[in-house]
Amino acid sequence: MHNVKDKIIHGLFFLNGLIVMLVLLGIFVILCKAAIPAFQEISLKEFLTTARWDPTSLVKEGYGIGAMLLSTLMLTIGALIIAVPLGIGAAVYLTDIASPRFREIAKPVIEILAGIPSVVVGFLGIVLVGPIISKIFGISNGLNALNGSILLAIMALPTIISISEDALRSVPKTYHEASLALGATGWQTIIKVKIPAAVSGIIAACMLGMGRAIGETMTVLMATGCAPALPTSYLDPVRTMTATIAIELGEVAYDTTHYYALFGVGLVLFIITFVVNMLSDMVLRKYQKVRI
Amino acid sequence: MNEKVKEKLGYNFLRLCFGIVLLALFMILYDIFQKGAGVISWEFLTASPKKGMTEGGIFPAIVGTFYVTVITALLSIPLGMGCAIYLNEYAKDGLFTRIIRMSIRNLSGVPSIVYGLFGVVLFVQFMRFDTCLLSAGLTLGLMTLPWTITASEEALKNIPLSYREGAMALGATKWQAIRTNVLPYAVPGMLTGAILGLARAAGETAPILFTGAAFFLPYIPKTIFEQFMALPYHLYIMATQHHSIIKVRPIAYGTALVLVALIFFMNLAAVIIRYRLRKIRRD
Repeated sequence: MHNVKDKIIHGLFFLNGLIVMLVLLGIFVILCKAAIPAFQEISLKEFLTTARWDPTSLVKEGYGIGAMLLSTLMLTIGALIIAVPLGIGAAVYLTDIASPRFREIAKPVIEILAGIPSVVVGFLGIVLVGPIISKIFGISNGLNALNGSILLAIMALPTIISISEDALRSVPKTYHEASLALGATGWQTIIKVKIPAAVSGIIAACMLGMGRAIGETMTVLMATGCAPALPTSYLDPVRTMTATIAIELGEVAYDTTHYYALFGVGLVLFIITFVVNMLSDMVLRKYQKVRI
Repeated sequence: MNEKVKEKLGYNFLRLCFGIVLLALFMILYDIFQKGAGVISWEFLTASPKKGMTEGGIFPAIVGTFYVTVITALLSIPLGMGCAIYLNEYAKDGLFTRIIRMSIRNLSGVPSIVYGLFGVVLFVQFMRFDTCLLSAGLTLGLMTLPWTITASEEALKNIPLSYREGAMALGATKWQAIRTNVLPYAVPGMLTGAILGLARAAGETAPILFTGAAFFLPYIPKTIFEQFMALPYHLYIMATQHHSIIKVRPIAYGTALVLVALIFFMNLAAVIIRYRLRKIRRD
C-alpha cells in the first residue's frame, strides 16, 4: 500500500517537472502558430531584410524589422561597451582588493541594484539621464540610443558583476600564490593570471548580461524616443523589437496581418535570446564549473 | 613604466569601476527619495486617483499589485517547489532530466514581453479569461517559475543526505522521508527564494501590459476576472502616457518610491528569513 502511494507521489512530481518543459515548448509553439499567418502575406525576406516598418500605411504597408534589429543591436553593443569594463573591474575589485567585511556589505548593495524594476529605471532615463544628455550634447531631446545604452548597462551590471565574481573566486588560490612567488606584482597577477583563468566565466557573464539587454522592454520603451526610422548615430532615437511589440500590440486589431507580424517580431526575439542563453550556458559549463 | 606605479594605477582603476557602480545606484535611489518622499502622505496611499489622475492617490494600484502578486505566488510557489523536489529527490541523471534543466535555464532568459505575448494567446484568448487579474497573475507566475525552481533546489541541496538515509533506514518510504525529514528544513530556504522571485514579478510591467493591467479604474477589483491597476503600469502611464505629464510628475515620483520601497521590503523579508534560518541551524 505504501509502495503504491509512493509511486503515485513520484508520478505527480514527475508531471510537475514535465510542466516546465511544456511551458518552454508552449511559448515556442504559440509564437510560431501566431506568427505563421503573417508570413502568408509577407515574405520572410522582406520581414528580415528590409527596414521599413509601417503596418498602418494607407498606400503600402511595410513589414521590415531591419530598423528594429539595428536599434536592438546598437543598444546592446552600447550597453556592453559601458557595462563590461565596469562590471569586470568591479568584480575584480570585490575579489582582490576589497576587505572581506566590505565585500559582505557590497554584495547586498549590488542586489538592490538588480532589484530596481525596469519601469523605474526607464522613468529615471526620462527625468535624470535624458536632461543630462541633452545638456552635454546640446540637443533638444535626450531620449535616444545613448540614453538607452546607459540604462541597459546599469541593468546588466549586477548580472555581470555577480557571475564574474563567482568565476574569479573559483580560480584556485595556488595560481595567485605561485604568480606572486615568482615576483609578479598584484596587478600583473590579476591581468596575466586571474582574469585569463576565469575568462570563460567572465564571457558567460557578459553574454547573460547581453541577453538581459536584448530582452529588456520598459526601459527602452520609455527612454529611447521610439522613432521607427533607421538610426544613424547614438544620438538618434531608436525603437527596439521589444518596444515595438509593447507599443503596437495594445492598439492593433485582432486577426490582422499586423497582429500576426507582431508575434513574428516576438518569435525573432525569442530565438535570438534563446541562442544567446544557450551559448553562454555552453561556455559556462564547458570550461568551468561555476554555479549561477 | 615602473611596475609599482602600474599596479597603483590599475588598483585605482578598479576602485573607480566599483565607485561608478555605487554612484549609479546612489543617484537612482537619491533622486527617487528626494523627489518622491514629499508626495507620500496618508491620502496618497489610501485614495483613488482623482480629476483625470492629476490628483488623489494610488490606492487601487497598490491593491492591484498585491492581488496580482498573490495569484503569481499561488501558481509559481507550489509548481516551483514540486519541480525542485522532483529534480533534486526523484530524477535520475538522464536525457529527460537534462532537457528539463535546459528548459529552466532558458525560461529564465526569455524576455518578459515574450511572456506577455504567450499570456495573451494562452490565457486571454485560448482559455477565454479575457484581460483580467487571473490572466496577468498566471503570466507572471510562469515567468517567476524558473527562479522559484532554482531557489528551491538550492534549499533542498543544503539538506544533508544523511537526513534522508536515516529515515529510509528506519523503514520510511521515499515520500515519508522527504515529508518528515527534508521539507521541514528546506521550506524556509525555499520561501526566501520564492519571495525574491515575487519581488521581481511585482515590479514587472511588460507581461501585464496586455493581460490585465488597466489604465484607470475608480474601484478595486472584486473578482479575479476583472481588470486591475498596478504600480509599475501606473508609473509607466504617469511617466509617458498622461496628457499633462509635467503636472503629474510628482505623482510619478511618489509611485516610483512606493514601488521601490515595496520591493525593498520584500527583499528585506527574504533576507530576514534567511538570517533566522542560519541562526536556527547553528543552534
